[in-house]
Parts: sequence; C-alpha cells; structure tokens
Amino acid sequence: MYTLSIVAPVVALGAMGLFFGLLLAVSSKIFHVEQDERLPQITEVLPGANCGGCGYPGCSGFASAVVAGEAPCNGCAVGGPETAAKIAAIMGVEVSAQDRKVAHVNCRGGHNAKRKFEYEGIQDCLAASKVGSGDLACSYGCLGYGTCEKACPYDAIHVVGGVAVVQADKCRACGICVSACPRHLISLVSEKQDVFVSCSSHDRGPVLRENCNIGCIGCTLCQKTCKHDAIHVVDNLAVIDYDKCVNCGECVAVCPRKLIVRASSITSETRQSAL
Amino acid sequence: MSFTELFSLALGAILLENFVLVKFLGCCPFLGVSKKTETALGMGLAVMFVMTVASAVTYLVNKYILLTFDLGYMQTVAFILIIASLVQFVEMFLMKSMPSLYQALGIYLPLITTNCAVLGVALLNVQNNLNFIGSVVYGFSAAAGFTLAIVLFASVRERLEFSECPPSFEGFPIALVSASLLAMAFMGFQGLKIF
Repeated sequence: MYTLSIVAPVVALGAMGLFFGLLLAVSSKIFHVEQDERLPQITEVLPGANCGGCGYPGCSGFASAVVAGEAPCNGCAVGGPETAAKIAAIMGVEVSAQDRKVAHVNCRGGHNAKRKFEYEGIQDCLAASKVGSGDLACSYGCLGYGTCEKACPYDAIHVVGGVAVVQADKCRACGICVSACPRHLISLVSEKQDVFVSCSSHDRGPVLRENCNIGCIGCTLCQKTCKHDAIHVVDNLAVIDYDKCVNCGECVAVCPRKLIVRASSITSETRQSAL
Repeated sequence: MSFTELFSLALGAILLENFVLVKFLGCCPFLGVSKKTETALGMGLAVMFVMTVASAVTYLVNKYILLTFDLGYMQTVAFILIIASLVQFVEMFLMKSMPSLYQALGIYLPLITTNCAVLGVALLNVQNNLNFIGSVVYGFSAAAGFTLAIVLFASVRERLEFSECPPSFEGFPIALVSASLLAMAFMGFQGLKIF
C-alpha cells in the first residue's frame, strides 16, 4: 500500500508528461516555421547599439533585412569593416572594402562669429534657432548649443570654442548628428578626405565680413589655385568636389580667410583645447 | 446545469467577479500588454483560448486521472503541466499563422504559463464542484472578463498618452492609478443579481 502511494503519482504524472510531450513534438512538426539560421548569427556579430544609423529599426531589423537581401552586408557603419566581413562570411558573399566615413561640421564660426543678441533660453540649437532665427548673426553657422553633442551616442562630437567639432577617431558615422543639426551643417564624408571648406554661408562678402571673422567671402582664389579642378565657388561659397580632390593642400595655403583647413589639424587642435 | 445557471455563472465571471479587477488574478499581462488596444485584444484572445481549453482538459484530468487514483493533492502540479503544454502549443500555432501578433505579444505569450488567472480558473472549477459544461463556460467567461478588462484598460492607457498629467505621474504611475479606478468602477456590479 505504501509503495503504491508513491508509484501512483509518479506513473500518473509521468504518463501525462509523456503524453503532452509527444503532442507538442507532433505539433512542432506541423506548425514548423522555417527560420533562417543566419538571422541570430548576424544579430550576434552586430554591435547591438540599436542606433538606427543603417536606416532599419535596430540591429535585429537590420539583420533580417540583410537576410532578406534588402540591405548590404556593409550597411552597418558603426561596426565598420570587421562587422561587414563577419556578416559577409555568414551570408557567404564577398564584401567590397568600403572606406569608413566620418562626420564633419562645415562651420568654424563659433567665437569668431558675431551674436545679434544675448540668448538665455533653452540651451538647445533647435530652440535657439526659433528665436529671431537664432542669436548668431550669420544665418548659416553653428549655433554652438550642442544639440549634436547631446545626440551623439559615441561621445564623438563636442562644442569647442563655440562650434561643434567631430573627433574623427570616435566617430562611427551613424548619422544621428547629421539629422539632429537644425542648420544642416554636418555631413558624412569619406575618412580619406582631409581638406574641408569649413563654412556654409552663402552670404555675399561684405555681409559676411560683418557677421564673421572667418567665413568664406567667395574670393575664388582657391578655385584659381587648384590644379585638379576640384574646388569651385558656387553661390558665394567655395565647395570641394571630393571625387576630384587629392588633398594636396594648395587651397589651404592660399585661402586669405584661413577657412579651408585640414581635418587632421582641427582634431589635434580640439584635443589640445579639450585637455 | 440549466441555461439560467450557466448564464448567471458566465455573467458572474465576466462582471461581478472579474478575474483581473475584482479577484486580482493575472495582473502581470494586464499591466504589461495593455499599451495598445490591438495587442491587448490579441493577448485577451490567446488567454481566452488557453483558459477555455485548460478548463476542459483540467476537468477531465482531474476527474478521470487524479480523483480515480486518489491523487487530488497533485492538482497544482498536474494543472501547471497541462497549462504549460497548452501555452507551448498556442505559441507554435501563433508563430506559424499570425507572426505579427506573435511578435507583438513577445515575452507575455510564454508568460501565460505562469499567469495565475489560468491556474486560478482550473483550481476554482474544482473548488466550486462545477461539471464539465460548467467548467468550460466558467473558463471561457472568466477569460472573456479578462479580455474585457484588458481592452478597456488599454483604451484608457492609449488616451492617457495624450493627456496632460503631472510629470512625476507620467507613464506607469498614472496607469496604476487608472487601473485602481477601473477596479472601483467594477465594484459597482456587485449589486447585480440574477434570480
């Protein structure tokens, strides 16, 4: 009698467990869903920051897009070439080496630029730009309230001397600052490009001189100097054609306003002033 | 059981003794999956299916296996086993036929396993000595009550998103306050009586 009271529940429960187990095994065959085994593998190698820089909702969204063939293997700018190579290995395809991009701020105004009035509102560029179209006299320049700095998930952009500056080694080219800037001053440019026109003002020379000590006055000296036909003054602003530019630096030397600069020099300056 | 008895049993389970708002069973999904009416309804339907089938199966198992072998004390373990298997089955079924609902329910779908409302209905069926039809009707209407509560609460929360409330109350705190108000509103049904 005593043994039965132990055996009975064990057998009953065991039989039920076996029965339900079999039922589930059968139904798992019937309701089997083909899930691509590459999906979890790709999600594994992604950075997992869910920054959305690739244009898909988070890393898992990007992974499923890659598996579906909608996104390229090197679509994750944050992960860089290593991640691209890993994804390519999982997908079984060759990945073409894509050069790394870096964000660049096309303004060096900051303390060189005049302010129209004292702004004491919310310390945010978008908010500041709504008050009398911004306190900066130049209607194109960096307001310097650090909206990009707050937006950057990688601590790669900082307001130094009243203007936002990117730290190239920390930048992962996710593009969040590009869309955060209300003045559209930030662009993603190939890492190899070194020479930049750090001004975005289309104001004519005399107006610009009033507003800023450093902006482009459209003197066309750079255009005349360039041997590679890579820099042109369009609408009172010098613009570099990055496909033609060879970073020779002749325009840097000739610019009377010193606004054509090497990005490498800005970054080292930034470090010094930050330290 | 006569039709009147079944009707009063069902009405009691839906309104008078609403599982969530009066008995306070199944509060986890009630608060967790009530951000959008659509997902709340999906969750409600999943719970409805699980609870109805669980009531039927647990009744049969209890009567023909547990009571026959005098194993009434094993109810809790056996019921959990049944519910867990059922939830697994529902999960597989949803993944195959309704992937979008499967994704929307997320973690809360496997959590039906540990939803005390499901175990509660199985144990209450035994406690109240309900017969097979009675158990199924009670299980179904209790789940209907759960669905009613969660859908009502989800629509309240959808409106809360756009309402102005003190910053310290934003999000979860105000949801808890409105849940308590909803529970108080359901206390109004207490006077309802069926001859």
